[in-house]
Amino acid sequence: MKLLRLVPAHTDIRFIAWRRIAMAASVVLFILSAVAAFVPGLNFGIDFRGGILMEVGTPGPADLGRIRTGLGDLGLGEVAIQEFGDADTVLIRIERQPGGEEAQKQAQDKVIAALDGMMPGVDYRRTELVGPKVSSELVEAGAIAVLLAVLLMLVYIWFRFEWHFGVGAVIALVHDVGLSIGMFAITQLEFNLSTIAALLTIVGYSINDTVVVYDRVRENLRKYKTLPLPDVLNQSINDTLSRTTMTSMTTLLALVALFIFGGEVIKGFVFAMMWGIVIGTYSSVFVAAPLLIVLGLDRKRLEAEDNEAATAAE
Amino acid sequence: MLYFSPWKIGLVAVICLAGVILTIPNFLSDKTVAGMQSWLPLQGVNLGLDLRGGAHQLLEVDTESVIKQRLDALEDAVRQELRGERIRYKGLGISGNAVTVQITRPEDVELALGKIKDLAVFLPPNPLSGSGGGRDIEVTLEADNRILATLTEDAIAQRKHSALEQSIEVIRRRIDELGTREPTIQRQGSDRILIQVPGLKNPNELDDIVGPTAKMVFKLVDITMTAEEARQSGRVPAGSELLPSAEGSADQPDRHFLVRKRVMVSGEDLEDAQATFQQGQPVVSFRFNAIGAKRFGDATAQNVGRPFAIVLDDKVISAPTIREPILGGSGVISGSFTVQEVQKLAILLRAGALPAELTIIEKRNVGASLGADSIAAGEIACIIAFVAVMIFMVLSYGLFGLAADVALIINIFLIMGALSGLQATLTLPGIAGIVLTIGMAVDANVLVFERIREEIKLGKSPFNAMETGYRRALGTILDANITTFLAALILFTMGSGPIKGFAVTLGIGILTSVFTAVTVTRLMLVIWLRRRRPQALPI
Repeated sequence: MKLLRLVPAHTDIRFIAWRRIAMAASVVLFILSAVAAFVPGLNFGIDFRGGILMEVGTPGPADLGRIRTGLGDLGLGEVAIQEFGDADTVLIRIERQPGGEEAQKQAQDKVIAALDGMMPGVDYRRTELVGPKVSSELVEAGAIAVLLAVLLMLVYIWFRFEWHFGVGAVIALVHDVGLSIGMFAITQLEFNLSTIAALLTIVGYSINDTVVVYDRVRENLRKYKTLPLPDVLNQSINDTLSRTTMTSMTTLLALVALFIFGGEVIKGFVFAMMWGIVIGTYSSVFVAAPLLIVLGLDRKRLEAEDNEAATAAE
Repeated sequence: MLYFSPWKIGLVAVICLAGVILTIPNFLSDKTVAGMQSWLPLQGVNLGLDLRGGAHQLLEVDTESVIKQRLDALEDAVRQELRGERIRYKGLGISGNAVTVQITRPEDVELALGKIKDLAVFLPPNPLSGSGGGRDIEVTLEADNRILATLTEDAIAQRKHSALEQSIEVIRRRIDELGTREPTIQRQGSDRILIQVPGLKNPNELDDIVGPTAKMVFKLVDITMTAEEARQSGRVPAGSELLPSAEGSADQPDRHFLVRKRVMVSGEDLEDAQATFQQGQPVVSFRFNAIGAKRFGDATAQNVGRPFAIVLDDKVISAPTIREPILGGSGVISGSFTVQEVQKLAILLRAGALPAELTIIEKRNVGASLGADSIAAGEIACIIAFVAVMIFMVLSYGLFGLAADVALIINIFLIMGALSGLQATLTLPGIAGIVLTIGMAVDANVLVFERIREEIKLGKSPFNAMETGYRRALGTILDANITTFLAALILFTMGSGPIKGFAVTLGIGILTSVFTAVTVTRLMLVIWLRRRRPQALPI
């Protein structure tokens, strides 16, 4: 049976040769992302900003204009209305009311009363209310989670490989997280708790990928003792290219299925993860590997350490 | 790597079988599962709120108000005591956590100190911390004959704690009335309560049940002047107060009542309350316990012909006139109520009043229809992802891909079995986690297969190629998956609700994927290798 080969058996793509262009591009994109995080800024969901979110099913196709004026008259500040998925599902977002927790509840009651009046039989599919206390706690928890994850990865890689690899991996990670945040800022996709979950998954996947490449680099450094470092890196990337492509393909296949059929609620979450797979793979090849050169990975020293460890083991 | 001892084979088989068995309840109807409990205590997976529909609320208990209540009562008691002993004082008030009063004549100080000390309440001893068992106020004499009665730290902590516990009790009773399955009501931190009520048809209705403090008192209406007069003149007679009416009608939106402050009977003495009909109108019939019945009887006997106010949370819900003394201790609350309103009121009265005010600080309700939609969407996505990945693997790796696919099927059973067995909660992001695992699970197999290909290229025999392939790949598999597992671990500890569900399925998925890739696939390929003894590996 003739098997499907996405990547030929022997490839010799000079990835490392492109490293300067790739790193320049990465730096530019990272700076753009950093700027975008403030201008236009992230579209924070109610999890981090506080406020009210409602997904309602209208009897018949929704008249967004009517709903907008009806709710706008309630004097609740910024009210965002949009279609969600199909013509008779509407997503309503109301910004956080001044005045603490009680005010949020009162605002929600007003909205429910108004909607019941405008469209009897409206189906409240989902309502979420986050007060100021909880939203600030969630911001803290989210930030800590991401920082902690990156830190843990650094420790683990340092432990398993050695510090150049650790730093390289973490810089690649920060690059991935940064560009993902930038993507959210530019597309203005809602940035809420499930986005943090997606970011952490991206951290996990990206490291997964990077480790596979690093593992091969370590092996090849031992195997080809006289080959210059850039060539060893190239060899390693080419060696793992088949596996990297395959796994990215299968994971993307699964995510695409989820994106198309998984319903509206998790679309943003899934999109973030799809982006993460692409970026994670890119960074393992064009950021993590070349960084080993930049960081001054000294193979002589590595060899000496290896020999020491070997003699100590005897 | 290619040798499998018999007991190892047996172990792998047992684990896979366990996975299948644990998953079975998910395919059976609820009734069958319930019937099975006696001989096979297994349950289907525990669906989260976003898949089952229901209410999730985080409430904050205003524990400060409980302290304030004690201080108010103490201030009142001090006033009574000092007046009773005819001790002159000035400057009686509350400052911080203490009641302070200045005794006018130095010779009264001794007596005053003694009397105030006696007002202390004894704290029940706390077996856990070894503290308590003392008085709840510390009385000290300051300069200028000033007496300070301060609430002790212990007292404050205990009161706040018991306010929280009592609130949980009251809420539990109220929610039990709704008859829903397994609500979760737990404390979070020192002053928060988490409520999760799955399966509520209309989750927004929970607010009406949980929110109100439901403190009911009976007070006499002040007939020395009308409420209108008091409002307009701005002067309220001493010992009375203006309370708003609970029901605003179109023509009298701001109706108030002038009532005496003194509480005649309190809702604490209510024994029962039922929603019923009287003359075709929905009403709440209530019954007091012995103490309440006596107080009620005395109050009505002394005030025949006068109106009294039934006050709920400082709003007057009804103000009937006393026609005759009510000695039986039971009565009826009538007004322009709807059927739902009397039912809710009866629930609130039966469960009792909350000791402190509750504020909703976070709420996430999901309607049952969205929950069902999410499950359906998740299922479809799962199946399609599954089929797509399977086909892709067979196309790319042929027979070996097929082995990986069989391992994938077992993997899914293991994940579902683990979730069902641990009764972990499956949420919508959790389903996403399973789909993601489907995509990532094959990675371990891919690593091995690519390695085997390389070894073949180097000219190794089928046996050697497989042996070296597995050996070399194992280290990489472990390294790569441990890091993703660490990320899932952090998510689990820092996340809540749906996110936790995602972390759980991701974490379990990683464990099972590594297991199936390293054991199940290997076992199948080894068996095939031994039987067929091929000249070349079809990879």
